[in-house]
Amino acid sequence: MNWGAALPLFVLASSLLPGLVIFFLPEERVAIRSTLNLVGAALKLVLAGVMVWGIFHGSHFETRLPLLPGLDLLLRADPLSMLFVGLSSILWLVTTVYAIGYLEGSPNRSRFFGFFSLCVTATVGVALAGNLITFLLFYELLTLATYPLIVHRGTEVARRAGRTYLIYTVAGGTLLLIGTVWLYTLAGTLEFTPRGFLSTLDGASSTALVIIFVLLIAGLGVKAALIPLHGWLPQAMVAPAPVSALLHAVAVVKAGAFGIVRVIYDVYGIQFSATLGVTLPLAIVAAVTIIYGSMRALFQDDLKRRLAFSTVSQVAYIVLGITIVGPIAAVGGLVHLVHQGVMKITLFFCAGNLAETLGIHKVSEMNGVGRRMPWTMAAFTIAAFGMIGVPPLAGFISKWYLGLGALDAGQGWVIFILAGSSLLNAGYFLPILYAAWFKTPADAWPAERSFGRRETAWALLAPPLVTAFLTLAVGLLASAPFSPLQWARFITTLEYAE
Amino acid sequence: MPDVLLSIADIPWGVMTIVLPLAGAMSSFLWPRRALPLGLATALAIVICVAGLGWQLVQQGAQRYAVGGWGAPLGIDLYADGLSLLMLMMTAVVGLGISIYSCGYFNLERARYFWPLWMFLWAALNALFLSADIFNLYVTLELLGLAAVALVALAGGADALTGAMRYLLVSLLGSLCYLLGVTLLYHSFGSVDIAILAERVESSPTVWAAMGLMITGLLLKTALFPLHFWLPSAHASAPAPVSALLSALVVKASFYILLRLWLELFPFASAALAQLLGLLGAAAVLWGGLQALRQTQLKMLIAYSTVAQLGYLFLAFPLASITGWTGALYVLLSHAAAKTAMFMAAGNILYFGGHDRIVDLDRVVQHLPLTITAFALAGISIMGLPPSGGFIAKWLLLEAAILSGQWWWGIVLILGGLLSAAWVFKVVGYAFTRSEVPHEARAVPAAMEWTALLMAMVAILLGLFVPWLLALMEIGLPFGGVGSAG
Repeated sequence: MNWGAALPLFVLASSLLPGLVIFFLPEERVAIRSTLNLVGAALKLVLAGVMVWGIFHGSHFETRLPLLPGLDLLLRADPLSMLFVGLSSILWLVTTVYAIGYLEGSPNRSRFFGFFSLCVTATVGVALAGNLITFLLFYELLTLATYPLIVHRGTEVARRAGRTYLIYTVAGGTLLLIGTVWLYTLAGTLEFTPRGFLSTLDGASSTALVIIFVLLIAGLGVKAALIPLHGWLPQAMVAPAPVSALLHAVAVVKAGAFGIVRVIYDVYGIQFSATLGVTLPLAIVAAVTIIYGSMRALFQDDLKRRLAFSTVSQVAYIVLGITIVGPIAAVGGLVHLVHQGVMKITLFFCAGNLAETLGIHKVSEMNGVGRRMPWTMAAFTIAAFGMIGVPPLAGFISKWYLGLGALDAGQGWVIFILAGSSLLNAGYFLPILYAAWFKTPADAWPAERSFGRRETAWALLAPPLVTAFLTLAVGLLASAPFSPLQWARFITTLEYAE
Repeated sequence: MPDVLLSIADIPWGVMTIVLPLAGAMSSFLWPRRALPLGLATALAIVICVAGLGWQLVQQGAQRYAVGGWGAPLGIDLYADGLSLLMLMMTAVVGLGISIYSCGYFNLERARYFWPLWMFLWAALNALFLSADIFNLYVTLELLGLAAVALVALAGGADALTGAMRYLLVSLLGSLCYLLGVTLLYHSFGSVDIAILAERVESSPTVWAAMGLMITGLLLKTALFPLHFWLPSAHASAPAPVSALLSALVVKASFYILLRLWLELFPFASAALAQLLGLLGAAAVLWGGLQALRQTQLKMLIAYSTVAQLGYLFLAFPLASITGWTGALYVLLSHAAAKTAMFMAAGNILYFGGHDRIVDLDRVVQHLPLTITAFALAGISIMGLPPSGGFIAKWLLLEAAILSGQWWWGIVLILGGLLSAAWVFKVVGYAFTRSEVPHEARAVPAAMEWTALLMAMVAILLGLFVPWLLALMEIGLPFGGVGSAG
């Protein structure tokens, strides 16, 4: 086996094997467990880096194992998958550090980190899947690996959230399965191909293809939390903060959004999708989701719930960017896959810090918290400004390209959606920032823990600072080589090439 | 090829898979103190023989043995093709697991009854899968039924005895129906050999009567809805290893006969009959799933899920394509491994906590992480999520349903999967709730926990070695057609 075939497997194994070992580790072996986690995460990052470098220079990374007659288990690294693999590897490393600090001393950590690693394995599998059945396989694995993380706390609320999550995702997975099998019986292949493999299909009625499209997108839309399939996401925020961070930034919602991009680009093909007339309805769904999510976020007092509705809104940007049907908007949508992840993970880390250090769970308890935890709130502020779209932060780049692309593609109405959404974003983030920095603090915090002279533990503070820095960096250095923006351009040139 | 390998391929492995367990049954009966090592050694030897048979089939294609040198129609013929081989392999893997598991499960007193009966049952199963004539099939079916009934009664207690008695009556009634059909066919065509009958049989009222009787008898034994009434009590009240082998193997044996007859003797059976079987299968999937969801005892729940899973097998009849049959066969194989794991897990939970009430499971399962993992992995296969044998089965059946334009069978598959998911997660959810109540417990032997986990792994791995198993299945083309199951 040569390197090109082995690398995708190694990338999966770098989190799968540590995860499996961790399941069998006794609870008190903290050092071994943390080492395994961190080494796995670092290794994955290095391997992902090698693959990005290789792809840019024209290498191919592909692993193929026979699954069924005519269907292979196919792992393949293409530019789009590397965008997601890169995001997952970076954020996994950061989140692992955070989770080690966050869960210090709590029970069932071996189980937690075991499933945590499986979750990332499934995400990377989703990213690297080279055909729809492999995608489906990892997509379902992701459902199974995330459920234990959501119910980790074992409380009644957690159990109910877990059940809601399962009802949504198992149903979604089923729709995806039906669509996939049906597509296979029509097309005879499921392999992702640039610009799709359905446009050349003879004899298949376009009605069937539209129905299959709806099935696939509905199945993926559950995880991407598109309206009206978003109900599980705000409930799932009962999970521990590192899980919420991962769920909202990388693993679950992104797997859904990424899947939608795959189906539109590499199964149907963007031009063929537009010909079928399915892109505009989906764009409208995304637009409605953007506005609705922001509106709901406006009225949440629970900080994590507010962030959750903000995720509902922000992830739909990706779908919107793709369905505007134009290369510039596509860049905006794709780059938002990374940008939203970096920003949202920062916000969730900060929310976790507030809860762990001061016992703050509600926006109304945040008065003056900026003075008590300046570093955490500084990171929060950067990420929140990024979400609103203040230049030169990450969110600005996404929105700029989305707006420009919409005009370019003659879809002027999108501008109003973007403007409205930015206003709403400001509406639910600015009061938080104002309260945190300018209001006088209450006499005592709900449940304060002391960390000596530092505002909180290092392992909790470093991750949000790193990701906040990334929020700034991907915006400032957007035109540097290998920046998310450049990579997104690279992908769109492939999809829109003639 | 080296001579050694050639001579290995010449040993009559098929015959040995029957003779060995018989010898094991005799010896463990004669030396009850040594029952355990004797039984284990036999189990290992059978696994080796089945591997040998597999090698033989791969090398030389389908095999026919004339036992004692007398060929059909005078003597007894044994016939092995890809279908028989897979059934034998399934029995060997599950059988080995059950043998190891029961080392920990039974005390010495019970073990001396268990081993001879179990070996006897294994011999009957292997003989059944190799039989080439319908009368021989009857004999093996009857032996199988008797051994199974005795094993159910092994648990003792009123529940088990009632269950066993009901099972005995049903089993006898089923075989009797089948035997009547055999008599009719023998009277009309003067042979019981399947291959000879296949040439002579043609559609006539007698044949239809025979077919009706045989199919009814076999459906009763396979516990297809609405003839499943005896199964839950019998399977739930038996000792855990026995429940496992009943659900995983015994009900499959009568299905195997039905499948053989359907494919080889009754190709003229009308589409309406196939639709009826499919309809009953669909009803079984939905009814079994709903009932499973309503149960308060874990073993009853698992038993009802067997009713549902058996329903899937019959969805292949109206689809009538190679893909469909392969899908049904895959349900059969992956269900065997998964259900064994589940009953073993339930056995561990009962052994540990002394009860299997679902609402009180959280006090137990948190002390048995391996067991609940086994249950969860088996559950993944049962509900048909990837990567698992159950997923492949669902995929193939769904594909066959869409290809044949009968998408409504696909809907049944999907609903059945959702119902299974509902009860699997209902049980697995208890692994994550916090229970403060301490529990009086009996330590579970490691072998019991690990065999449960390994059987569940088999169900998962079945989803990753599909092409290899399909290649074995195609030896002798039991489903007709030309090669690839695509």
